[in-house]
Amino acid sequence: MTRLGMVIDTRRCVGCQDCVVACKTENRTPEGYNRDWITYATKGRFPTLSMTIQSERCNHCDDPPCVSCCPTGASHVHPWGGVVLIDHDACIGCKACVVSCPYDARYIHPDGYADKCTFCIHRVERGQDPACVSVCPTHCMHFGDLDDPESEVSRLLASRPHHANLPEAGTGPRIFYLD
Amino acid sequence: MSPSEFVSTSHHPLADGHAWGWEIAVYLFLGGFTAGLLVLSGLARRRGPRATGEPGFALASSGLSIVGLGAISLGMLALFLDLAHKPFVWRLYVTMEPRSPMSWGAWILLLVYPVLLTGIALDPPRALRDRVPALARLARYAEDERVRRGLGLASIAAGLALGVYTGILLSALGARPLWSSGLLGPLFLVSGLSTGAAFAHMASPLAEERHRLARLDNLLIAVELALIALYLIGLASSTEAHAEAAKLLLGGPYTAVFWVVVVGVGLVAPLAIQALTVAGRIAPTHVAPVLVLIGGIVLRFVLVFAGQASHWSRL
Ligand code: SF4
Ligand code: SF4
Repeated sequence: MTRLGMVIDTRRCVGCQDCVVACKTENRTPEGYNRDWITYATKGRFPTLSMTIQSERCNHCDDPPCVSCCPTGASHVHPWGGVVLIDHDACIGCKACVVSCPYDARYIHPDGYADKCTFCIHRVERGQDPACVSVCPTHCMHFGDLDDPESEVSRLLASRPHHANLPEAGTGPRIFYLD
Repeated sequence: MSPSEFVSTSHHPLADGHAWGWEIAVYLFLGGFTAGLLVLSGLARRRGPRATGEPGFALASSGLSIVGLGAISLGMLALFLDLAHKPFVWRLYVTMEPRSPMSWGAWILLLVYPVLLTGIALDPPRALRDRVPALARLARYAEDERVRRGLGLASIAAGLALGVYTGILLSALGARPLWSSGLLGPLFLVSGLSTGAAFAHMASPLAEERHRLARLDNLLIAVELALIALYLIGLASSTEAHAEAAKLLLGGPYTAVFWVVVVGVGLVAPLAIQALTVAGRIAPTHVAPVLVLIGGIVLRFVLVFAGQASHWSRL
């Protein structure tokens, strides 16, 4: 089975927001809405501080609560790669999925339907990387099949310590951050 | 080590965790209330014909079904108002999503209507019966023991399904620690039964029935208090995220409204008043049932809003 996921190197990311702009351009998200964003987490006490910058988006979870709660099947798992998608014409805008996502990855589009990152499935199906991955100037983002031990993402995960966000929420996130 | 400061550039509307507003709280209240009415009138129907055929409200009369019909319709209107993609609402009824409580709910609502309408048709209010002769003929079936008991059973089943579902709706949404408790389902069910009993209590013209309902409501309120205690103890003794969520009601911003209005005004006060009434110390009034109804609606508001304020924290 193909399980698409991302591996992002926090040692390279400088928080330039190029991924945010690339997504906005590629997916034409409405003004005030974005499908990916940057977080800054500061640890320690002055003067011994460290900061981790991360590019974040929908985690395309293995066990997505946003899909199981959806009353119409609009939120669904794509048969190829396990990408979590939304069929806009089946969405009634009930917001259950928005409330159910531990990552606040979803919003209601001004046109009424739920919306979020698609892993740029339209590009991936053409063999391209998602827009955010392809523009990153520090090459800190990697995209591929987590189930294929030979893939770049699997090798990175095998060779370096990493973490996912909020694994305790139990949804099985598929975006990993190299420490 | 968890970070001491966390900043996110995600600012889309709803990222603050307030996707649902008053509509969902009102819907959950009216759904639970209708469930209570259905179960009570179902029980009364199975028990036997109404006491003496007195006019007006009595548990097994069509009165409760008419009120239930109005309540559930208003609730569905509130739910509809909350939808952001209204023209697509029909998509609820071209699929059945077994893992989605909301999908179950949509179909359960369809089950509730025929039960309520049959209840009204078999025992139509006098004004309606005089005007529509067909209804009068239909009402003769109500005298058949099997029809009456069958309708009673259907009414109890539809009521229980509706009541349980309004509670499970919230607890099935994994991201909100305040809602991830199996006790939320029973709590909402019992609260719905209690508000139904409170309303029937006010509406019943029969002193004996009122007395029985006050006793029943006291029992339900006591169970509800116990469930609230277990719910909070369960959360507070669970993981950090759940304990933090419980703090919203135990010292946090929702503490005052929860303890004063939901527990004090809505449960403890009516319990005390009705206990005195049942004991014959004070004359029965509408005060206690009104307080129960207020408590029921505020409970939904507090849990819908505080629940959305609870989240898995990155700090
Ligand atoms: S991150 Fe949120 S929206 Fe994305 S799959 Fe997981 S639960 Fe669903
Ligand atoms: S808002 Fe749309 S996608 Fe989300 S749960 Fe409701 S119907 Fe499904």
